[in-house]
Amino acid sequence: MCGATAGGLSLDGVNVAKEAVVQGQVTRDGEPVGNAYVRLLDRSGEFTAEVPTSATGHFRFFAGEGQWTLRTLAPKAEPVDKVVHAAIGSVAEVQVAI
Amino acid sequence: MSRADSLVSTQWVEDNLGADGVVLIEVDEDTTSYDKGHIKGAIKLDWTTDLQDQVRRDFVSKAQFEALLSERGVANDDTVVLYGGNNNWFAAYAYWYFKLYGHQDVKLMDGGRKKWELDSRELTDELPTRAATSYTAQEQDRSIRAFRDDAVAAIGVQNLIDVRSPDEYAGRLLAPAHLPQEQSQRAGHVPTSLNVPWSKNCNDDGTFKSDDDLKALYAEVGIDDSKDTIALCRIGERSSLTWFVLKELLGHQNVKNYDGSWTEYGSLVGVPIALGDEPGDA
Repeated sequence: MCGATAGGLSLDGVNVAKEAVVQGQVTRDGEPVGNAYVRLLDRSGEFTAEVPTSATGHFRFFAGEGQWTLRTLAPKAEPVDKVVHAAIGSVAEVQVAI
Repeated sequence: MSRADSLVSTQWVEDNLGADGVVLIEVDEDTTSYDKGHIKGAIKLDWTTDLQDQVRRDFVSKAQFEALLSERGVANDDTVVLYGGNNNWFAAYAYWYFKLYGHQDVKLMDGGRKKWELDSRELTDELPTRAATSYTAQEQDRSIRAFRDDAVAAIGVQNLIDVRSPDEYAGRLLAPAHLPQEQSQRAGHVPTSLNVPWSKNCNDDGTFKSDDDLKALYAEVGIDDSKDTIALCRIGERSSLTWFVLKELLGHQNVKNYDGSWTEYGSLVGVPIALGDEPGDA
């Protein structure tokens, strides 16, 4: 578990000033999906990182400045792509519905 | 080696659950994921404690490896089937490690834990018990392990394949983007190394691409078949996956994994470093 809080993942222990955080939650019919995989693709579509979601459906990346795509894979669901912009010193929150 | 010798499908694993002489082993970057559920009968190896010396920065010794596998109940003639999260990064690392110590019959489960989960196959929290064995390892096979001096000597001479993401290769990121970026060593890559991100070997579900696609991938980047090859990444696990592709799936000769990888190379004093998207000059 990642210490999830209402409204987003806890940022305790993360130096947000130095990171370009991209994080969020994967849901299906409004319920968290704890067995999804979220892939971070760069501007050219190249894979950069992947994380499994937590039990509460949350995920987090430490990206660089710029545009990224989140591709979410889950059992019995089609992949879902979401474009996100990341910036050092900010947290981009993304909700993914599958 | 070939695909048939070194890779099994999730279906094969399901069909062979509990089979005599087959040991399933989960190895994950997130060492807690086994505890949250694993394939029935699988044992766990923790890459941070079981496979690393706890004092020196190196692998466990032959004697330690023998003690580890004996205690976990793995026999010399067992078929070891490895799987893990993160598209088998650490399972491929463990595969290479088993080969390094001379285990004969090792296989990867294609797609790893992710494929198993995406297939909606069953996981359990039941812990298996295995009787202790008396495991005997071979001396390390140095023909598949590169050290820092090998990496430096390979600049402009051998195929150096850097399998990190393009942003890490270029020096824009210091670590994979699911990890905090707080490292102190220099960014960039070994001059003349070609960037072939490990992910190009795999489909989205973590399974390996076909042999034809993989051959085309390495032909396109200009890997020279007549030369020896060293694969590297940040800490040697993603490059184990590329080592697996080149050596075990495609049958290239003389492929080494540089486990020191960028965390070592990028901290060395006086070695050349290239920045940006181009390989750079020797």
